[in-house]
Amino acid sequence: MPARPPVIELNEVSKTYHVGEIAVHALNGITATVESGEYLAIIGSSGSGKSTLMNILGCLDVPSSGIYRLNGLDVRTAHEDELADLRNREIGFVFQSFNLIPRTRALANVELPLAYGGLDRAQRHERAMRALTDVGLASRVHHLPSELSGGQQQRVAIARALVTNPAMILADEPTGNLDTASTREILDILERLSEEGRTIVLITHEHEVAAHADRIIELSDGRIVSDAANALEPSS
Amino acid sequence: MTETVRVALTGLSANKLRSGLTILGLMIGVGSVIILVAVGTGSSAAVQSQIEALGSNVLLVQSTPSLGGLRGGGGATVAPLTVADANALVNRFTAPDVQSASPVVNANGVTLTYNGSTYSPSSFVGSTPTYRTARDYTMASGSWFTAAQEKQHTRVAVVGPTVVSELFGGANPVGATVQVNGTNFQVVGVTDSKGSNGAADQDDVVIAPLTAVQDTLTGYGNVDSIVVQAKSRDQLDAAQTEVTNILTPLLPAAPGSTSSSFNVVNQGSILQASSSTSSVFTTLLGEVAAISLIVGGIGVMNIMLVSVTERTREIGIRKAVGARRSDILVQFLVEAVLVSLFGGLAGVVFGVIGSQFRIAGVHPVIAPYSIGLAFGASVLIGLFFGTYPAGRAAAMRPIEALRFE
Repeated sequence: MPARPPVIELNEVSKTYHVGEIAVHALNGITATVESGEYLAIIGSSGSGKSTLMNILGCLDVPSSGIYRLNGLDVRTAHEDELADLRNREIGFVFQSFNLIPRTRALANVELPLAYGGLDRAQRHERAMRALTDVGLASRVHHLPSELSGGQQQRVAIARALVTNPAMILADEPTGNLDTASTREILDILERLSEEGRTIVLITHEHEVAAHADRIIELSDGRIVSDAANALEPSS
Repeated sequence: MTETVRVALTGLSANKLRSGLTILGLMIGVGSVIILVAVGTGSSAAVQSQIEALGSNVLLVQSTPSLGGLRGGGGATVAPLTVADANALVNRFTAPDVQSASPVVNANGVTLTYNGSTYSPSSFVGSTPTYRTARDYTMASGSWFTAAQEKQHTRVAVVGPTVVSELFGGANPVGATVQVNGTNFQVVGVTDSKGSNGAADQDDVVIAPLTAVQDTLTGYGNVDSIVVQAKSRDQLDAAQTEVTNILTPLLPAAPGSTSSSFNVVNQGSILQASSSTSSVFTTLLGEVAAISLIVGGIGVMNIMLVSVTERTREIGIRKAVGARRSDILVQFLVEAVLVSLFGGLAGVVFGVIGSQFRIAGVHPVIAPYSIGLAFGASVLIGLFFGTYPAGRAAAMRPIEALRFE
């Protein structure tokens, strides 16, 4: 296999917020590398800095210091529009609250990143259909988000994340708003995507959810407290 | 681009009532610009047609009433204009720009009798054949009296359509004989209708040779006015100067009076004065309406601000999946422009329909420029007032927008 750059390369990444006079160190020297095809869970309680880390990983924010390379690209110096393009090409987001655009059909929601990527309609349609079929929603493509169950909405969101064929899928508490059955469903899909060779970063505070990943990074107070392969891989 | 428009339409249809009310606001603005400008244009057209009905390229010479009565007998009298004065105006050398000069007498209190029925026309005029061209009369039937008939004091008359319907019951009167205060006149022609000039029915008229009218009705005194026709519209001003120069020595001002004993009314200058007045009037109306258009624009801005706030989360999602700042800006701008485009179109329809009705006694005349102007202004207003809300949307930070509840 030819040497590919790691998908994520974090080197002494820190993020400091200023709330009035007080400086809040949300992240404090994070160093980690994620290779292509890894299924990584980042776990931590609220306030551990995992949301900040997810914003930085997702190119929604830039670090205060340190270097973050996404697919070999240093994002620190990127401008707003370049960050937008990076998000479009390299990252597929899956959010806790689904974040589908209301009053817009499932298909159009999945086509959205392709539209910003500048693909023509026929290609968009074809790729979006394929992604929706991939998550088992081929029969629901013309439904509005409000006509879909939570699990189905999250599957649309996963299809939207997949459709651009990004370097990684960044899932922020993807099962946080779902019942047990839907949680199972979503985790199965992520599992399958991982087996297909996709890089997945799952952010959660639940150990049971994190247990599905191959590698778990635990955050506390903006530092990595443990980074190890998952010993307790649940039997499928 | 079609994609952007489709997204914007979805955004607008998401809240139909709100979009509809905004469109209504702009519609009223655009519509009222069109209607009010049409009312202004219509009223100035009405005034112009009244003035033009006086005739083409004419000057009206009237004597100025002089107080004290130095001439004539007692009271406020009129410096006399005579047939000789009129003849003096037709001179190739001293008045090269004058086509004709027609002395006019008005006979008052005239009663026409025909077959036992009687009728009093509002105007009974004695003049010369040149009066016809000066006043732009065309004939519906028969013919105008001739110069020979005028010279021979022939008792013939031309009547207007109102007289035909009132006295003759609509039948063609050419050849009929009517009694004018007891004297027989033969009707030789009927004029085409000139319509009403607002103040008076211009068709309620009888015109007879000056000599015949003087013989039978007014006596051989002064004439009431002289209608002078210039050779062309361009020569009207020159003709006015010539008329004044010729008449000044003939009609000297009364001793002790500084004002001239006659005045020359120029049709062109009346037209000019009235059209400048009415253009001020039209502009004023247009400006009032333009204010309502701006108010409509503020409505667009208000709605767009609400919409941007309401869709903060959507903006966050779009940015997360790769929308650039300009993508968001364009999306909301297109939405604002679409609202104003619809408002503008609805306003044009409203304005055109509204202008079909009589408003404040005026038949509105749609000025094509007002449609383009109002429509264009509404779209520009959408663009202008949409820029700030769209800019706010575009500047949102995706993290905060995504967290917005």
